Amino acid sequence: MTIKGKIHSFETFGTLDGPGIRFVIFMEGCPLRCLYCHNVDMLDMKDYKDMTPEQLFKKIIPYKTYFQSSGGGVTLSGGDPIMQPNFVVKFFTLCKQEGIHTTIDTSCFTTKETLDRLIPVTDLWMISLKHFNETKHLKLTGQSNKPILENIRYLSKKKANIRFRYMVLPGWTDTFFNLRALKKFLKTVRFKLIELLPYHTHGIYKWEHLGLKYKLKGTKPPSENSIRKIKKMLEKEGWKVMINE
Amino acid sequence: MAQRIKNLLPKNPDKKFKIPDIHKKFHPGNWQVDVDLRDFIQKNYKPYTGGKDFLAPPTKKTLKVFKQVKKLLRTEFKRDGIYGIDTKIPSTITSHGPGYIDRRNESIVGLQTDIPLVRAIKPKGGVQLIDSTCESFGYHLDPKVKDLYTNVIKNHNDAVFDIYYGWKEFFTPETHKLFRSKGIITGLPDNYGRGRIIGDYRRVALYGIDRLVAEKQEELNEQCTYMNEENMLLREEAHKQIVALQEIKEMAATYNFDISRPAEDTKEAIQWLYFGYLASVKEQDGAAMSMGRIDAFIDIYAEKDLRRGKYTESEIQQFVDDFVIKLRLVRHLRAPEYNDLFAGDPTWVTCVLGGIGKDGRTLVTKTAFRFLRTLENLGPSPEPNLTILWSQNLPEKFKNYACEVSVESSSIQFENDKLMRPIHGDDYGIACCVSAMTIGKQMQFFGARCNLPKLLLLAVNQGRDEMDGELMVEGVPKLKHQKPLDYREVKKEFFKLMDWLCRKYVETMNIIHYCHDKYNYESAEMALHDLKIHRFMAFGVAGISIVIDSLSAIKNAKVYPIRDAKGIAKDFKIVGEYPAFGNDLQEVDKIGEEVVKHFITCLRKYPAYRNAEHTLSLLTITANVVYGHHTGSTPDGRKTGEPFAPGANPMHNRDKSGALASLNSVAKFHYEDCRDGISNTFSITPSTLGKNNTQRVENLRGMLDGYFSKNGFHLNVNVLNKETLQDAMKHPEKYPQLTIRVSGYAVNFIKLTKEQQQEVISRTFHKNF
Repeated sequence: MTIKGKIHSFETFGTLDGPGIRFVIFMEGCPLRCLYCHNVDMLDMKDYKDMTPEQLFKKIIPYKTYFQSSGGGVTLSGGDPIMQPNFVVKFFTLCKQEGIHTTIDTSCFTTKETLDRLIPVTDLWMISLKHFNETKHLKLTGQSNKPILENIRYLSKKKANIRFRYMVLPGWTDTFFNLRALKKFLKTVRFKLIELLPYHTHGIYKWEHLGLKYKLKGTKPPSENSIRKIKKMLEKEGWKVMINE
Repeated sequence: MAQRIKNLLPKNPDKKFKIPDIHKKFHPGNWQVDVDLRDFIQKNYKPYTGGKDFLAPPTKKTLKVFKQVKKLLRTEFKRDGIYGIDTKIPSTITSHGPGYIDRRNESIVGLQTDIPLVRAIKPKGGVQLIDSTCESFGYHLDPKVKDLYTNVIKNHNDAVFDIYYGWKEFFTPETHKLFRSKGIITGLPDNYGRGRIIGDYRRVALYGIDRLVAEKQEELNEQCTYMNEENMLLREEAHKQIVALQEIKEMAATYNFDISRPAEDTKEAIQWLYFGYLASVKEQDGAAMSMGRIDAFIDIYAEKDLRRGKYTESEIQQFVDDFVIKLRLVRHLRAPEYNDLFAGDPTWVTCVLGGIGKDGRTLVTKTAFRFLRTLENLGPSPEPNLTILWSQNLPEKFKNYACEVSVESSSIQFENDKLMRPIHGDDYGIACCVSAMTIGKQMQFFGARCNLPKLLLLAVNQGRDEMDGELMVEGVPKLKHQKPLDYREVKKEFFKLMDWLCRKYVETMNIIHYCHDKYNYESAEMALHDLKIHRFMAFGVAGISIVIDSLSAIKNAKVYPIRDAKGIAKDFKIVGEYPAFGNDLQEVDKIGEEVVKHFITCLRKYPAYRNAEHTLSLLTITANVVYGHHTGSTPDGRKTGEPFAPGANPMHNRDKSGALASLNSVAKFHYEDCRDGISNTFSITPSTLGKNNTQRVENLRGMLDGYFSKNGFHLNVNVLNKETLQDAMKHPEKYPQLTIRVSGYAVNFIKLTKEQQQEVISRTFHKNF
């Protein structure tokens, strides 16, 4: 049976999702339901094109020169591509054969078996850390954080190349307790970089457009000062930190 | 050394020149024997692969001069863009006495008139236009001048219209209106200077005027065979050139410089070549008066002076800064209508930097860095039009610095050295925006451009103008398929019309350039060329993306013309969707390739004046707004009056697959068909280009490497937020130096008309989310 991926859309000039210039593919579907999701239109597998890994591969090839010249590559994002592991493994395998750098942007909410299949063909894992308190995590994303943290430890053990992303959501993830837990967790894993993502409200219109209730309404983006403080705190531990506007 | 020179002695044994002392201090070569700037550069320049750390900030003197300049510019802006007009003295090389900004602090001197920013009149191009231009700014042309150039001295404009007069082809068939007023071929240089000629200003510095005169005499003597038309013309031109050279020397003498001899150090080299350029912009006000390629040349003197301790880095930067200040102050008197076509008062002092030599060594020198540095020392500016000749093999640190300056200032453009070098060698420059020519050996006859969407509409409307219904061309049949339009039928008629138009276009150009050579010859610029040169005739096309999208719509969707009572298609109904240009779709992009190929093939069928070689550009300058005005609704869904996309750009906001897809589509046009350049203007928000400045620079560099390795030709880069531009519209006083790239050049944003500003804002800004 041919594998097909559910693809929502593309960005040929991605500069925010991994190193260099990247062809970013937004895939449909996500195991989580984050309250602040800014791609809420990609969650429910309704609006998409079916594509085989080969078709998608053909689409990215004209941009190979840009990948080479900038140290970029392809990034699968979404949604969460980890919902469609067969497709990802096949597509990344094709990329690797052409020497193209591969990045997955994921929550890591999946099984160990899937990770094992993805590790050999994935050059970079960009993993969003949501919350360290189980109850809050459930509230914020609809899922438990246990398998996620376990999976990250597993990837770290397997020497996968990891970058973290951490959404700074006032009142949720910028609390003393959560930041302490974050630090504690980061000390147990190997990673290259942590990006701080200040919460923004650019995605709200999509919720409104889809007739969904935006539960975080009224939450303000964090102040520059608070972002800087968190950055300093993490840098103190010797980690590389970047603010991703 | 003398022995080595003897071995190199010229074909003509009588040709003997005493070698000046300064020449003995350089590495010898054929440049000592013949006027051969390339040889001088190749034998003497020092490639630089290091970084920007050596660069110096502006000196106190520079800041003092620049303070005066800023004051002058503020006054000019307050006076609606005209500081003053000298309505009495027609400008020539020696017409005006010396002018200064701040004499004590200037290290490089020379102004077009004796007062900074005052514009001179050059009535040889056409006195009528000058008269009306003066009036429209509240000045009055001196009646004596008007009388002289109306009744006594024939000017270029009169000559062209003498030939147009009664030439059936140049009038519409039914009502006998001037064809040129219908907006199919526009911007013709038939009432103003043609420009786009680059003198080899370095010659003045390397050889001094006396040697150049002697060389010219030599060339003149070679044209002493049978006196046919060609030889007589050349002899007359050579004489005009010699006179011009003498006048350049006289002009320099009024500033107390003796340029009969070669320049001896960096300061003199810059001053000498600037005198050459200044003579050109005193004599001519051609559309583009470009500088050429001077970076490695100046660097040879700079390296020598640094080595022997004559000047410090700071002093050399001061000379470059002061020189650039002078270039920023070049002014021409332009009619208000001219500003609609070429907005923002551009002068196109295009100056190329970098590139790679034929032997593989980079031509990047420290002086290329110094020119880029002026955008930091003096802030952003549209002029001089700094153009990086990009190659994969440029030194990494130069690439980084160029990208850094581009991200900061949005003031520079990039062009593909790999495409131009095989054709023009490694000593070429760019005239105007994208027109390559070998310095001192090639020139072009500039030929404006044709409004291609309007031509397409003639095919749909039986040869009638879609705006007023007037018959433009006879014999275009009524389309058989109307509901919907048929791709093959429309294309066939459109391609036939291209042939009809191209003949008219070449003939018109022949007339214009014949007259320009005769009545408004560029003696100063041409004196700094070889006498026998290669000529291009540069044609142009505007609205290519509309034509592609229109044909794609007719082919892939259903397009129904909505006709008025006279049968003219006033609008089009499009049923279904069509793939648009700018999304890297082979089936669409190849329509463009085919149209362009057909157009240049048609042009080549008709011989050009002085055996010029036909070339074609996809370039609009800022005329894309005016073209929009004069063009009815098109089958791609664009409505009457809406602007075209600039140059070869995809139509605004139809390039929906992201920035790279848009670049890839434009990169598919073949340079061999568009040898006069393919312009692409690219706007991106800072946050889309990268998360921080380091990443922005790296991504821009990666993007340029990628685009040019895919054979893209040209890229204007703007790194700006729309909000900044909107704010600048409201509060121009806050943004005196805000510079943006438009179409092969840059402008001061606040100098654009409101409508042009709106159009720039409505362009595709590539951004995430």
